[in-house]
Amino acid sequence: MNRPGARLLRGALNQASLILFALVFAGFGSLSAKFLSPANLLNILLQSAPTVIVAVGMTFVLLTGGVDLSVGAVMFVGAALAGKAAPGGAGPAAAVGLMLAAGALLGLGNGFLVARLKVIPFVVTLAVMSIGRGFGLWLTETRALNLSNEFLQVGAARVLGVPVPVLLAGAVLVTATVVLGATPFGRQLYAVGQNAAAARRAGVNTRRILLIAYVLSGVCAGLGGFLSLAQLGAVSPKFGENYEFKAIAAAVLGGASLQGGRGRIFPGALLGATLIQAVENGLVILNADPYLYPLVTSAVIFLAVLVDATRTSLLAESHRRQIRVEP
Amino acid sequence: MIEFQGIEKRFAGVRAVGPVSFDLPPGATLGLVGENGAGKSTLMNLLGGNLQPDAGSMRLAERPYAPHGPAEAMRCGIAFIHQELNLFGNLTIAENLFLTRFPRWWRSPFIYRTGLRAEAGKLLAQVGLELDPHTPMDRLAVGECQLVEIAKALAGDPRLIIFDEPTSSLSTREAERLFALMAGFRRQGRSLIYISHALGDVLRLCDDLVILRDGLVAGRGPARDFTIPRLISLMAGRVPEATAPAPTPPREPAGAVALAVRGVSRPGVVRDISFELRRGEILGIAGMMGAGRSELARILFGLDAPAAGELRLHGRPLQGATVRERVRRGMAFVTEDRRGEGLCLEASVADNLALAALPAFARGRARRIDRPGLQAALTPVKAAVRLTADADGRAVKTLSGGNQQKVVLAKWLLTKPGVIILDEPTRGIDVGAKCEIHELIRALAAAGTAVLLISSELEELTALCDRLLVLNRGEITATLARAEFDQARILAAALPGERSA
Repeated sequence: MNRPGARLLRGALNQASLILFALVFAGFGSLSAKFLSPANLLNILLQSAPTVIVAVGMTFVLLTGGVDLSVGAVMFVGAALAGKAAPGGAGPAAAVGLMLAAGALLGLGNGFLVARLKVIPFVVTLAVMSIGRGFGLWLTETRALNLSNEFLQVGAARVLGVPVPVLLAGAVLVTATVVLGATPFGRQLYAVGQNAAAARRAGVNTRRILLIAYVLSGVCAGLGGFLSLAQLGAVSPKFGENYEFKAIAAAVLGGASLQGGRGRIFPGALLGATLIQAVENGLVILNADPYLYPLVTSAVIFLAVLVDATRTSLLAESHRRQIRVEP
Repeated sequence: MIEFQGIEKRFAGVRAVGPVSFDLPPGATLGLVGENGAGKSTLMNLLGGNLQPDAGSMRLAERPYAPHGPAEAMRCGIAFIHQELNLFGNLTIAENLFLTRFPRWWRSPFIYRTGLRAEAGKLLAQVGLELDPHTPMDRLAVGECQLVEIAKALAGDPRLIIFDEPTSSLSTREAERLFALMAGFRRQGRSLIYISHALGDVLRLCDDLVILRDGLVAGRGPARDFTIPRLISLMAGRVPEATAPAPTPPREPAGAVALAVRGVSRPGVVRDISFELRRGEILGIAGMMGAGRSELARILFGLDAPAAGELRLHGRPLQGATVRERVRRGMAFVTEDRRGEGLCLEASVADNLALAALPAFARGRARRIDRPGLQAALTPVKAAVRLTADADGRAVKTLSGGNQQKVVLAKWLLTKPGVIILDEPTRGIDVGAKCEIHELIRALAAAGTAVLLISSELEELTALCDRLLVLNRGEITATLARAEFDQARILAAALPGERSA
């Protein structure tokens, strides 16, 4: 594995998100001058804020080697609760509380089933996704709920000239980076994702780590849901749909491995989320057929997973047990 | 320092160790030697708290000692450096050293990086590793990883350090560095237990030796009283047991070459392997754990690609042939990992049996499975391996180890293989099933099948095989004909002995 070709390939794979990022921006930029205008770039950043936050939560779970498919449904449950409470006078502040609590609770359920009962994360979170979506539909009677202008005002508000969604996403990015990089919990999370059995032998409380990771993912989904709500001003039955794919793709594009143990919040998850949003934004600007959106987006996601798989197999190859020490 | 008094440990009723009694004086270095499965690891796992004894007791520094887990053993001052390293490649060296007890900023949840670096630096200095403590672990060479593992053990200021095969993946220079380190620990007054197959190293480094054989102490005394040949004869020279298989009766010379291997190498695994396996021959491969036997089998069966060399099956090249093609051309491989790789544990016996030969029973354009034909073909095969008759519908996981292995064998017999590779076919199965499998191997060879038999049991190899290859660190160090079979001779070729760069 020391051939220059292999080294080049590995280098490219490690920088895959940056390369894709540059390609997407150069591509859309050359097709439309409007795409690279400052106003549109800020727009992309605004639109990607909810995805960034959900992708950050997802990264915690992916780092443990698990996956959280329930984030979209968690967003919907929170939004449905907020929408039902709004006519009673519950404003954005109450909505945030409600949505974070819903996220924490569902995340706790996921974490309990994964960490204590040792159910496969895919199955657990798939079930919670179904339950959440069903509960939300029942709550809203599958009708769209319109919220007061207060919500839209939060979404459009600025503090010191910076839009609130961007500010919130930034705060989440910084907090998550610090938690992962500078606390024992963060470092142990990486250890659990690399080799859970070895981590347990080393004295790490793996159950606690797993539980917290899923709760954080749920809370991030709740917060992301609130931002999305503040930007849309309404809860439709499709609210939060496919967000699990967006979030997983953003995290993986950003370098997180589906095998666990590898991945970073910054610039990883940020880059991945803006990349996905930039693709959608660019297609809108180019006036592309709306039916093409999911095709293009899934092509990007496919590329992300392909990159992860190639990277993983290359790593596995170089980590094979050596019997002989070659002279 | 440590004293074993009649320690005994059984697994599923089978005695693995004991009763064993011996002691280690404070500050001394004890060498522990024995064949694979002699009970060295079990004994050390008892000491390290990973296992609890079934009988007997231990005393540590004149006080009763019965650890309930590795953490308790560590608190009592015993550090165990395992053969397999427990490190995380995605963390830094310092993080690996302090994973569960990071220094923090005063009463905050945040790691105090400056303190972490200083503390880790001190530990690394003790093992002579001059690297920045914040270096990512996966940048380190194997030898350096070993040193980090030792530094981790030193963090608890242990009185007794156990080294389990620490040099098996080290280069000569790295090993010398480790030995210098061990000498330093001795000067600090720590007791050491050193387990190794490299007998020259053991004699050089240790004060006292204990030789284990079949879970019992076969010899002990000051190291100066032993020589390598004497150690080998003590390790090997066991009384013949009732369970030892009877030797294969002499047979007429074997037939045409079935599998020809020429100059096969794979960097880091095996080097320049050449041999010929003939029809009707049982060729054994002996070697210590980690000598590259299973890895060679994987290459032969096409699971890993060789970097150099040539393989021929019945005279035709095997280059580029996939596993499926090899199976179609009459190769079979019984893996050492029966439960993980050999069987679909949840599936029924019948489904497992059919698995490898399924393409041969697919009929017509729609490739429908010819169930009556399959059943008819299975009947003689099941009889040949003496598989419990009523097993068909049961899930494989409910069977005993012996019956599971018979299912694996029957699965491959159904493909009518010309060459069959058996990797540890009798590991972990009961004596009765073992005898039956030995008979089956002989019957296969008698019917003209070429058999390649990998085993850690020397009696099994010497009794069954017509010829033996000895593998040592990925190279063939001896090829012995039946008349030359001698346990001491085989062991001498299999043991790393004096190191050569």
